[in-house]
Amino acid sequence: MEHSATGRQQSWKTSRSMDLLFRGVTAACAAFVLVIMAGIFVSLVWNSLPTIREFGFSFLFSKAWDPVSQKFGALSSIYGTLMSTAIAMLLAVPLSMVIALFLVELAPPKVSAVVGNAIELLAAVPSIIYGMWGLFVFAPFMADHVQPLLSEYLGWLPFFQGPEMGIGMLTAGIILALMILPFISTVMRDVFAMVPDVMKEAGYGMGATTFEVTKDVTIRYGIQGMIGACLLGLGRAIGETMAITFVIGNSSDIFISLFEAGNSIASRLANEFAEAAEPMYLSALMELGLVLFLMTLILQIITQFWLKRVKKKMGGDLL
Amino acid sequence: MTPRSDKGRKLLDWMVKAISVCAALLGLFFLGWILFVVIDRGIAAINWQFFTKLPMPPGMEGGGVANAILGTMIMTALATLLGVPAGLLAGVYLAEFGKHSRLGAWVRFTVNVLMGIPSIILGLFVYSILVYPFGTFSGWAGGVALSILMFPVVARTTEDMLSMVPNALREAALAIGNPRWMATLSIIFRAAKSGLITGVLLSVARVSGETAPLLFTALNSSYMMKSLNEPLANLTVTIYQYAMSPYDDWNQIAWGASLLIMTAVLLLNLAARFAVREKKI
Repeated sequence: MEHSATGRQQSWKTSRSMDLLFRGVTAACAAFVLVIMAGIFVSLVWNSLPTIREFGFSFLFSKAWDPVSQKFGALSSIYGTLMSTAIAMLLAVPLSMVIALFLVELAPPKVSAVVGNAIELLAAVPSIIYGMWGLFVFAPFMADHVQPLLSEYLGWLPFFQGPEMGIGMLTAGIILALMILPFISTVMRDVFAMVPDVMKEAGYGMGATTFEVTKDVTIRYGIQGMIGACLLGLGRAIGETMAITFVIGNSSDIFISLFEAGNSIASRLANEFAEAAEPMYLSALMELGLVLFLMTLILQIITQFWLKRVKKKMGGDLL
Repeated sequence: MTPRSDKGRKLLDWMVKAISVCAALLGLFFLGWILFVVIDRGIAAINWQFFTKLPMPPGMEGGGVANAILGTMIMTALATLLGVPAGLLAGVYLAEFGKHSRLGAWVRFTVNVLMGIPSIILGLFVYSILVYPFGTFSGWAGGVALSILMFPVVARTTEDMLSMVPNALREAALAIGNPRWMATLSIIFRAAKSGLITGVLLSVARVSGETAPLLFTALNSSYMMKSLNEPLANLTVTIYQYAMSPYDDWNQIAWGASLLIMTAVLLLNLAARFAVREKKI
């Protein structure tokens, strides 16, 4: 390419087309994200067409799951997904709030850094290890120590009756809570830390206690960010697969009691996909995947819009 | 809700503080519990055979997971090879060219959404494009599934890291006659190096512990790898299958494999943290 002798100006490195090419390649890679997203949607819809045609909307409201007689419904899986997520959020959100409070307001900086890092490590532990630990260690612990206590003191509630086997909805929810705890608490810590010091000091100057400052200043100032943190945790919880698969018990029934076994969309997919030989069975599992995809998609879209709003208001990025 | 008397207010404050300390301790306790159990049970399974032998049927002495270790490393490497360059380039577009363009806005939004899509869904997607049409589970499909998982993570961190590079540096690089692509790849990348390394390490850590997408793509195998066109043994699916089995010796090996994976993932995380720390000095 070095036809003229004007040196670097004419080298291929500085040619305009090279820059255009670079820009084009990066744009293509970026656009590939859109292709993947569209591909996921199209392939899930395409593969679940047989059951969509056969069952229509009744797929979403039917409890049936019988591969032998080819009757499929998503209700028990949707229920399990929502229930285990609800338990996880109920436990993880308040815990994360007080942990964030500890990290920002109470602990000396060095302790806060160490504890904060340790909590973040909880997020790095792979899902399957939570599953192993849950199945072999935590579920027996639940059966021996936690569930008897619950049924003794709270047994008049329908949620805490039934077999004390360890595995089941409650155990799955607790392990899920443990897995999303680090996400929510680190984001909440950052939100708490974003509150301007002068606002807190004004509160302390008025004679308020730490709790009162937190309640009336920090939380009021950071509530949108805290909701954002919860949304991020919720997104994690809803599609969590391996840990749940180990401990949820894989039953296709819907029970009020949290001690009973259940299944979630993700756990059913992980469990049964390898067995699904007939096209209808496969299609039913694909449609379950489609349901989960749409649930998380809507949730993520809401989350992104919410975080954008928070960013505008607080001037900082979460996560 | 707030009690009127000073004593009551102080008591309430003290109680909330106590609860908050307990919650932090609870988090640490669970982390310690999990680490302890995995190390305690895993260490018993780890010996020379564990790394060098192939899996054995239950009841037979001396099985190992050599093939699964190799398979996991190969698929992680494949995912890194596919996912990291694509992610880096997509991140470059978002930070350098698409800051205010419409495509940039759409891609940025989609990257964030894609990061929140459960990995098992990505597994289903790759199953339907790479496993079903070819009629066999394969190592290729596993690597591709993991790379799709890495792609948005790398793209997002790259954009964040490149955006932190001051504009003055960009202008200076262009002013001395660098073309845009050289300015980006050799100057701006260098300025953002430690951040980029952190992003890549974290994404490798994230995929190397993944199980769900591999269930539908690479599956598992009890043989040594011959090619990437057939089911490929890997540690995480081995853990899943062995842990669910009723055999004690298989459970034992699952604990050993868990220890291995956990150590690798935590080391990668620590390495990522050190890369960041270096930058701050």
